[in-house]
Amino acid sequence: MNKHKNISIGRKINYVILIIWALIQMFPIYWMFTFSLKDNSEIFGENMFGLPRQWLWENYAAALKVGNIAKYFLNSVIVTGFTIAITVIFSLMATYALTRMIWRGRALVNNYIMLGLTIPIHAAILPVFLILSKLKMTNSYQALIIPYAAFALAMSILIASSFIEGIPKELEEAACIDGCNVYQIFYKIIMPMMKPCLSTLAIFVFLQAWNELMFAVTFISNSDYRTLPVGIQTLCGSYTTDWGPIGAALVIATFPTLLVYCFMSRKIQESMAAGAVKG
Amino acid sequence: MNKVWKDKKAICIFLAPALLLFTVIVVFPIFMSAYYSFFDWNGMTDATFVGFKNYMELFTSKSAGFPKTLGNAFLLAALSVFIQLPVSLFLAIVLAKGVKGEKFFVALFFTPVLISTVVIGQLWMKIYNPEYGVVNTILRNLGLDNLTRVWLGEKSTALIAVFIPILWQYVGYHMLLLYAGIKSISKELTESAKIDGANGWQAARYITIPLLKPVIQVCAIFAVTGSLKAFDMIYVLTNGGPAHASEVPSTLMVSMIFGRNRYGFGSSIAIFIIFICFFFAILIKKAFSIGGKQYE
Repeated sequence: MNKHKNISIGRKINYVILIIWALIQMFPIYWMFTFSLKDNSEIFGENMFGLPRQWLWENYAAALKVGNIAKYFLNSVIVTGFTIAITVIFSLMATYALTRMIWRGRALVNNYIMLGLTIPIHAAILPVFLILSKLKMTNSYQALIIPYAAFALAMSILIASSFIEGIPKELEEAACIDGCNVYQIFYKIIMPMMKPCLSTLAIFVFLQAWNELMFAVTFISNSDYRTLPVGIQTLCGSYTTDWGPIGAALVIATFPTLLVYCFMSRKIQESMAAGAVKG
Repeated sequence: MNKVWKDKKAICIFLAPALLLFTVIVVFPIFMSAYYSFFDWNGMTDATFVGFKNYMELFTSKSAGFPKTLGNAFLLAALSVFIQLPVSLFLAIVLAKGVKGEKFFVALFFTPVLISTVVIGQLWMKIYNPEYGVVNTILRNLGLDNLTRVWLGEKSTALIAVFIPILWQYVGYHMLLLYAGIKSISKELTESAKIDGANGWQAARYITIPLLKPVIQVCAIFAVTGSLKAFDMIYVLTNGGPAHASEVPSTLMVSMIFGRNRYGFGSSIAIFIIFICFFFAILIKKAFSIGGKQYE
């Protein structure tokens, strides 16, 4: 009897702790959503923490118009989209050669690529900048797409390798007997079988490319190619007094991620854990 | 079949794009950075070879202030290992015990990890705002006016004010890794310990945590190397200021290269960051393998 009591008290304490931590983690995000819909007089004192009294959707219109957020959003979509496509295709092809095909030096090349897991982007920032300037490619989408894809390759190949090992070789052998060549096997057998892996890779690359700041700040100076993180940084630097539209810009940048997260939270958590546990 | 898999041409076609991209953009630049780090070069005029002078300057030049940035990065690493990781581990253990709404809490705690650091940073900038920010408003309402500060603008508070959001943002990340690790440990082990009379925390201390060591090691490596490389949040909140109070190696590197065109000196910082990240990753692995042997 006593023991039961202890357990239920313990449970209650656990709940209290979890709820307190949930408040600590969610408060800034809640606050962002509410102040994006308020005017300064509410934000600055009358009603700091409550729900907005009047929902000022104009803030969002202002963020899109004055802040150019729609343009930055589109740039981020383009950069992230191409980065995902290139990384996924290149890493699946390389993974096939590295795990299924038989050749000397395979282990060596694999280890070489796995070095990439530990190399920070700091190492590349100046040389890549110089290469891009030589090619007159700073201030372009490629200036970000190419480095993002290159730095995502090692982890993507690692994740894809563990997936490909779960595909039975018999399928490919059967296709071979039916007269498929190696390209057809890759395209018609491996690609469809790797679908669950594709979403894991896409999520992993998306989060990296969508939020990246260091390359985006240094390689892009022309506002036509600015991505969302840099765009928001400049917006917040130049409009410091009007908090409502700034809040709206922050929400616009965050909303796609949160929306996808609502529907795929399990898959996203798995992708992030896959990236780490294997590294 | 083997004949198909030994097709040399196909191997080259499959491998070439990834290998080329990786070599040109990831590997080759390391050598370039290492090479530049031996030169005094501003990117326009001719570079002059100076040997190890840039590396000497890292540790002797007062005006560059590199040792201080390194100290700041070490402080962040220590806070990360000794505060952030224990909090994450504690949350992971509580959640993995199977409370109601477990999945919901996991999803909630992980949310800040997904949000762009720029957004989180701008949000905390508003929280720290001296006039209208959350922190000072709460202090004023509690009658603690004398504790209000210009959190990001004063030398004494800027560093810690920048570190708090960094630690706050990634608790959920470590929690997720540890939580996934605990879930993969067989339940029977902890249950049999409980039958033998261990309470929940004893089971965690003597069963879960020792078995979780490989995951804790990964978390520790991420926490330390992540701290040594930290850039985004600091760039957003203070960019190293005021008067270099919150400067870290990465922000110093970027301002040396792109702000002051000191390509050689900046490259030596880059090489040093890579070196120290490798060093600590190996050190932590060693430490864990020695610690592991005591249990055997």
